[in-house]
Amino acid sequence: MSITIKEVEHVANLARLELSDAEKEQFAGQLNAILKYAEKLNQLNTDGIEPTSHVLPLANVMREDVVKPSWPIEKVLLNAPEEEDGQFKVPAVLE
Amino acid sequence: MSVFDLRLAELHNRLQNKQLSVAELVEHSIKRISDTDDKIGAFLALNEEGARKEAQSLDAQLAAGGERGLLFGVPAGIKDNIVTEGLRTTCGSKFLGNHDPIYDAAVVTKLRAAQSVTIGKLNMDEFAMGGSNENSAYHPVRNPWDLERVPGGSSGGSAAAVAAGQVYFTLGSDTGGSIRQPAAYCGVVGFKPTYGLVSRFGLVAFASSLDQIGPITKNVEDSAYVLQAIAGHDGRDTTSANVEIPDYLSALTGDVKGLRIGVPKEYLGQGIDPQVKERVLEALKVFEAMGAVWEEVSLPHTEYAVATYYLLASSEASSNLARFDGVRYGVRADNPANLIDLYRRSRSEGFGPEVKRRIMLGTYALSSGYYDAYYKKAQQVRTLIKQDFDQAFEKFDLIIGPTAPTPAFKLGEQVGDPLTMYLNDICTIPVSLAGVPAISIPCGTADGLPVGLQIIGKPFDESTVLKAAHAFESQTGFHDLRPALS
Repeated sequence: MSITIKEVEHVANLARLELSDAEKEQFAGQLNAILKYAEKLNQLNTDGIEPTSHVLPLANVMREDVVKPSWPIEKVLLNAPEEEDGQFKVPAVLE
Repeated sequence: MSVFDLRLAELHNRLQNKQLSVAELVEHSIKRISDTDDKIGAFLALNEEGARKEAQSLDAQLAAGGERGLLFGVPAGIKDNIVTEGLRTTCGSKFLGNHDPIYDAAVVTKLRAAQSVTIGKLNMDEFAMGGSNENSAYHPVRNPWDLERVPGGSSGGSAAAVAAGQVYFTLGSDTGGSIRQPAAYCGVVGFKPTYGLVSRFGLVAFASSLDQIGPITKNVEDSAYVLQAIAGHDGRDTTSANVEIPDYLSALTGDVKGLRIGVPKEYLGQGIDPQVKERVLEALKVFEAMGAVWEEVSLPHTEYAVATYYLLASSEASSNLARFDGVRYGVRADNPANLIDLYRRSRSEGFGPEVKRRIMLGTYALSSGYYDAYYKKAQQVRTLIKQDFDQAFEKFDLIIGPTAPTPAFKLGEQVGDPLTMYLNDICTIPVSLAGVPAISIPCGTADGLPVGLQIIGKPFDESTVLKAAHAFESQTGFHDLRPALS
């Protein structure tokens, strides 16, 4: 299998990345090499093997449904690239 | 000899007897950084003013006869992917070049409670992605043993700072070997605890099912002290294990008689530098002389670990790094046409090539049509790799091998070849996938460069790992070797 420039563009779009033509070329080559290497996993028969997503049994941490004080708005917005009226500002979502 | 060469117990004695003050320790650290860091590049941010204030307060507390914390007065450095309130945290990325966190990571709170003094934040591969510390967006870190060589990654700054005597200890994070491999390259002690033992709250996530914080120190006893201070359950981290924390220091008995050690043949096979292999075999003789027994074992799925790791870690990274969108913090592109344009350009301007490469790989592996072929397959192979360890630990108390296949390589040598770079982690990655604890300790040199011995334990059996590492250290003294850094 070989990754085409078109596929690189598609994946970049999914990943919300903008790539230059040179980057597309470079990533196509490197991803091909890495995925070709990853194909060695197909040497193993994994029929019936449970996937491990996590080594520990995980349980969601739930808290009591009680109102608690939160951080002050000015602290939350401290690193905001742009803010207005105590809110993060972004370009209009609806035209 | 530097005061930072003293063991913690001795340092505390001197503080108690007023032969030394915390202020002096902090000044020593600041001076050493100022004298050496233009060559090494371990630090990204310094907390001089805060550290001096903290030192004054601790000295006053000692004079007033107050209680001393476990790490009282000890100057520490923290990897720059662990958030520190008010102290810039960039993850080695341009994306977070202006980011001042509004809270402390759980481990930082614990270090404060243990009364250590934070000197600054340590350089790293961007978002912890890399094995050489050449992927920092700011500047590479250089190995104190040879400035033309890499310190290892991604906690290269954390390992180099300890090796260069800039701080007493540091915290690093390990996803595929990022504490152990730089510790091996820099001739220091790096401990990746069992996954879940140390809270990940406040660690900027790279691959959530693998990331783990751990100490980098000059000797095993100090590693036990720091681990004692940072281990423990945290309700703010869903992956934090609720287990009882033993007294790690009491494990340091020096007695390894009857300990059963398995040595994976796959860790001493092809691709392992002959001198590295020789140092490991010599180390096994030391264990033998102390009454431990060892024999060869097979971890048959080792050769699949690197491919498994890069698919899983990149997939998790592509998901975790979706939060860097230019909305709430970090880089924001100028004059975006719309919201998607804002995301796309902010991310493209903020992330470096290795981060983009892994996001692309992870997005591809998780995308429609490829999920089963890559992601699910890798998770199944992860099960097989974990089973290798489970089976080996039915027979053995510990598994021992090299930490890295070679000593530190030269800067720039592998930078254009990601696959070769990834293969440097062949001995550390399987351990990360299985989630078991492992320490890297110095076991001699090869052509004047440090070689690391990796001691791997059963889940949550940090005590046996520390016991064996400490016994080896006290028999050999390799941990006392220092780079000839002026």
